[in-house]
Amino acid sequence: MSKKEQKLLSPDLPRKLLLKMYATMLTIRIFEERVASLIAPKKEITTPCHLYIGQEAVATGVCLALKKEDYVYSTHRSHGHYIAKGGDLKRLMAELYCKKTGCSKGKGGSMHIAAPEIGLPGSSAIVGGTIPIAVGTALAFSIQGRDNVSVAFFGDGAVHEGVFYESLNFASLKKLPAVFVCENNFYCTHLPIASCLADPDIYKKAQIFGMPGVRIDGNDVVKVYKTARKAVEDAREGKGPTLIECLTYRWLGHVGPFDDLDKGLRSKEELDCWVKKCPIRRIKKRLLKHRIVTEDEVKKIETAIRAEVEEAVAFARNSPYPDERDLLYGVFR
Amino acid sequence: MAISSKWKSEKMRTLSFAKAINEALHQIIATDKQAFLIGQGITSPWYVGTTTVGLINKFGPKRIIDTPTSENCITGVALGAALAGMHPIICFPRMDFMYLAMDQLANHVANWHYMFGGQLNVPMVVWAIINRGGEQAAQHSQALQAVFSHIPGVRVVMPSTPYDAKGLLIASTQDGNPVVYIDDRWLYEKEGHVPEEYYSVPIGKGIVRKEGKDVTVVATSYMVHEALKAADDLSKVAIDVEIIDLLSVKPLDEKVLFSSVEKTRRLVVVDGGWTNCGLAAEIAARVSETGLFKLLKAPIMRVALPNAPAPASSALEKVYYPNAGSIVSAIKKTLEKRN
Repeated sequence: MSKKEQKLLSPDLPRKLLLKMYATMLTIRIFEERVASLIAPKKEITTPCHLYIGQEAVATGVCLALKKEDYVYSTHRSHGHYIAKGGDLKRLMAELYCKKTGCSKGKGGSMHIAAPEIGLPGSSAIVGGTIPIAVGTALAFSIQGRDNVSVAFFGDGAVHEGVFYESLNFASLKKLPAVFVCENNFYCTHLPIASCLADPDIYKKAQIFGMPGVRIDGNDVVKVYKTARKAVEDAREGKGPTLIECLTYRWLGHVGPFDDLDKGLRSKEELDCWVKKCPIRRIKKRLLKHRIVTEDEVKKIETAIRAEVEEAVAFARNSPYPDERDLLYGVFR
Repeated sequence: MAISSKWKSEKMRTLSFAKAINEALHQIIATDKQAFLIGQGITSPWYVGTTTVGLINKFGPKRIIDTPTSENCITGVALGAALAGMHPIICFPRMDFMYLAMDQLANHVANWHYMFGGQLNVPMVVWAIINRGGEQAAQHSQALQAVFSHIPGVRVVMPSTPYDAKGLLIASTQDGNPVVYIDDRWLYEKEGHVPEEYYSVPIGKGIVRKEGKDVTVVATSYMVHEALKAADDLSKVAIDVEIIDLLSVKPLDEKVLFSSVEKTRRLVVVDGGWTNCGLAAEIAARVSETGLFKLLKAPIMRVALPNAPAPASSALEKVYYPNAGSIVSAIKKTLEKRN
């Protein structure tokens, strides 16, 4: 690869990191595709799953810019964040089967995923619900004098909630080490963004609260990584929070394994256009073009991921359900 | 005698209820390095009475955080801080404002421990102040203990004396779960014995405030004092009232409740909240579900708020809020009625 080419790809990103980006995104994709197949036609998974296919670059780019000790908070569409932060696939799959070995012991299901050991202290099925919680963790880091950052992932739907504005204001007011990552996939459940927001420029909402806001291509993992890294560094240095609006798209419907084109909520042309912008194909093409990986290596990576996902499925299938005695356990500590 | 011997003793140091809370807060924040106080109005000279006097000067704005009126956000902030290992105390100067934070309180704070299989703890105190009377009307007068007791995953405590105000606040910060600590501004001037040391009053334990043999009156918070007045009045006509102060609404001390009812076989339940689907109904149901039902000599009576919002006019407030007089009437009815 020529120096010029390398610069075009990533002026300062090591090969190891680029490979990690590719592998992480592909893990999310293969995991989610497998989950879809287990929802229908198999009906092995019945907890409502909001799949992340199409948005993989956002979780991956942001989480790879973080330390393990940094916290991320997730949403109802949580699998991608869990995987990108380094969560164990077996425990995630087991949670989707609502088994006792799941990451929330079968009490949470798909929408309530936690892995405190890797800095994911929870996800909420209430739109915008984790935004203030992430701010609270940032406040704690600042009181405790810890060198950590707290990230809130949320969708464009969360921008319609009052708590989004309350939280941005408080985080900026107190200059907290928080990063707000809005995954704008253009739909709030069934409703397009144009029917929800009077001004659809989400990143501009940051200006109201005197904090930086940027809009980026959320399907470009390198761009996401670099933007997140800058925001995280600023937060660590005490410069306060940043709002990052990542433009992306979910290939499937709001919930479940189907694209829902038959429901008439969006056009096939629109979906096809975004499938062409597939974030994984893009990074793969770049890696191959610049000879960072060979076709052979790509195949090996994929084979290994598929095996890991199948192991997770087997683990989930073979795990026990929670015992009836577990019902009242864990209401209080 | 089961009556708290520490309560209102002449020889011991006495403090007002408000001062007892203030002392508890000073000691908690000085003792527990992870504790901090947050909420709208906590550095105001009048918003929370005198309960927070001196805190900002002693501990500074990092541990004593007055906030914008963003109740839902600030409740989530307290939760997020708890998840990072801190022990937040979030203050609502009026319980009415907690409705603004119901999403974070009911959907998030209350569910967080259970929802993730018990692996994440939420050691957080939600300090809720009832502030009624004075013609403040419907949105500045509410007593919402029943609302929060209904939600799994939160404990609810309601001290009635300065001693318990301090001890229960300290216990709430040590519990490791979300605890809704409810006090009442009508109690703030009450004087009582408060030890100087750092002590806790166990959550989930009620107390016999006054022994008696004819009828059991169960009450909490300010209504305990009205019940004591009622018992005083009735002692003049040889009616011997036993008063149970629950102190904790959830978990509720069934042992102290049941053993008193077993003795007196008559029950009047007093609550400062609404009658309909309220705390009094819950207590009556608990007693009715047991073998005690057969022992009851009269139907259980409830003394609580009528099912209407709080009015402004003092002419209406007088009849809206139950008092010693309404408790006396209810007791007399149970003594007349026979099952």
